[in-house]
Amino acid sequence: MSKQSVAVRKFDAVIVGAGGSGLRAAIQLSEAGLKTAVLSKVFPTRSHTVAAQGGVSASLGNSEEDHWHWHMYDTVKGSDWLGDQDAIEYMCRKAPEVVVELEHFGMPFDRTDEGKIYQRPFGGHMSNFGEKPVRRACAAADRTGHAMLHALYQRNVRANTQFFVEWMALDLIRDESGQVLGVIALEMETGEVVAFHSKATVFATGGAGRIYYSSTNAFINTGDGLGMAARAGIALEDMEFWQFHPTGVAGAGVLITEGVRGEGGILRNSTNERFMERYAPNAKDLASRDVVSRAMVTEINEGRGCGPNKDFVLLDITHLDPATIMKRLPGIREISIQFAGIDPIKAPIPVVPTCHYQMGGVPTNYKGQVVGDDGAPVRGFYAAGEVACASVHGANRLGTNSLLDLLVFGKASGDTVIDDLRSGEIGLRDLPADFADRTLARLNRLNTQTGGASVNECRLELQRTMQKHCGVFRFKDMLVEGVAKIIEVEKAVAHTEIKDKSQVWNTARVEALELDNLVEVAKATMVSAEARKESRGAHVRDDAPDTPANPNGRDDANWHKHTLWHREGNRLSYKPVIMKPLSVETIALKTRSY
Amino acid sequence: MDDREKLNRLRWRCTRRAMLEMDLLLGEFLERVYPTLDAAQADAFVTMADMEDLELWPLVNGQREPDDAVQAEVLALLRNVRVK
Repeated sequence: MSKQSVAVRKFDAVIVGAGGSGLRAAIQLSEAGLKTAVLSKVFPTRSHTVAAQGGVSASLGNSEEDHWHWHMYDTVKGSDWLGDQDAIEYMCRKAPEVVVELEHFGMPFDRTDEGKIYQRPFGGHMSNFGEKPVRRACAAADRTGHAMLHALYQRNVRANTQFFVEWMALDLIRDESGQVLGVIALEMETGEVVAFHSKATVFATGGAGRIYYSSTNAFINTGDGLGMAARAGIALEDMEFWQFHPTGVAGAGVLITEGVRGEGGILRNSTNERFMERYAPNAKDLASRDVVSRAMVTEINEGRGCGPNKDFVLLDITHLDPATIMKRLPGIREISIQFAGIDPIKAPIPVVPTCHYQMGGVPTNYKGQVVGDDGAPVRGFYAAGEVACASVHGANRLGTNSLLDLLVFGKASGDTVIDDLRSGEIGLRDLPADFADRTLARLNRLNTQTGGASVNECRLELQRTMQKHCGVFRFKDMLVEGVAKIIEVEKAVAHTEIKDKSQVWNTARVEALELDNLVEVAKATMVSAEARKESRGAHVRDDAPDTPANPNGRDDANWHKHTLWHREGNRLSYKPVIMKPLSVETIALKTRSY
Repeated sequence: MDDREKLNRLRWRCTRRAMLEMDLLLGEFLERVYPTLDAAQADAFVTMADMEDLELWPLVNGQREPDDAVQAEVLALLRNVRVK
């Protein structure tokens, strides 16, 4: 394939990803009259935003008194003080505006009797700076993400956004000054490679939860934006922080709701022991998520896991009345039968802590501009949603802030593109002569590789390595070993071989290209986690325990800083956490306890 | 579009969905059951794979029944899929 065969299409803005943040950004751009392309691996309403059921937070105060400053406090505390307080203030202040806007776009929120948006309580949402629970989550039944995507998509249709569906973006285009000039993308239906040459490029590609063997993420979440950014020399921020859920079905990753333990479900190890009695004598199986996850991993690590590989524990509800299971836990029986091959009325469900959400990502400021190591914006490059690290989630995300992040930073990135175009900060610059070389070399390598590794086997090895060495509870020696192992995986990934060399609808090629992205995220995660010698938020190390000097194992003196992972040289640098909000006083460091 | 291309397109639409549950179920169905379907059933499955997850999920877990008789046959097979 020669350089001449890469067609070039010109746009004012190209957005990669058509989930919540991509669609929200596209509305700003298209409604401002900009020629806007949105590229997506799937039809927009099939994006993973659909899976977000819980709601979107905003201090509307519809049910009781609430304030954005209280929401900000909860978010800073949730982040274990690793979130940037300028971005957190911006997000929490903007929340009521973007939620009401969404309502005007046609979002069918649940309503109160007076017709206002109904708000429900949610874990970690408190009034008066952590005093008592407050109703802040706005929802559309249990399909908030789905309803949001439909409302945003319809608005985009009205605004004439141009969608490129079943296209995969492969690489960023940058010139010698570092300015981003668009992306190179592959159309699956034809196999054609096209350059989308644009004044502005917005990444809204979502997370990379598929780096873990057990993940609640749909298969689509392969960290494509992170891989493209890393290959283009952009450092990835805080990639050691991943949120896990204690009970996913072992092997499948499908979530088993915490309600199962609420109804009397018991966790057991291979000796049939109710092991939570040892770790949390009072709360037992109802202890907090992190305590339960850590106990499960400890049991597995100490050889008391179940199954042939001793790599899961059991969630037992066989002692409950079948009528109770049918009545109070509808769906759990079907999920267990379909995804674990187990009828939970008769036998316990195999479960493991399961990856759920990525806190780190491409570093951005609160305006949605991607920033370099010096904090200065990378011209022409913007990001929003799970791919981005603004950082509003810091070391741990507060529930319902993920959908809020999509709306606020999707909109902000669109607005900033418009500002940067008007001020002349960005504009259409010439493509460098060699703009497609690296991408074409990568495709050519895949087309000609013989005697290489299988994509499925490499992916599985990557996922098992991440799960074992860099899971919800982390151990020094395992992390050190994990770094060496993931570098071995990378070597195999560089030589993947696909049997199908055809152009049209070659899904094997697309999966190999996705794996190129997964491996960048896996390296970033493992290396960043090995280096951070403290426990903070979702990053919990066995050798950084709770002590009077370092409560919860957090070591602010040495580690109150953001990690930056650089692909070149597989090295790390660090940058300070932004503690100064935009208008209010700093929320000072404090021990995080609930 | 030849058969390989059609099957690959269907594979993509079965395994790059909004919800993990549907990736797993439809992916498994495609590999194990789809090759055994007759032409009418195969067409019905393609139509179902084009549904959104939150339309299809209630059909799969029995909260809703389809209007179409062939879809009902395919759905019965889909409900029996075990991902293991």
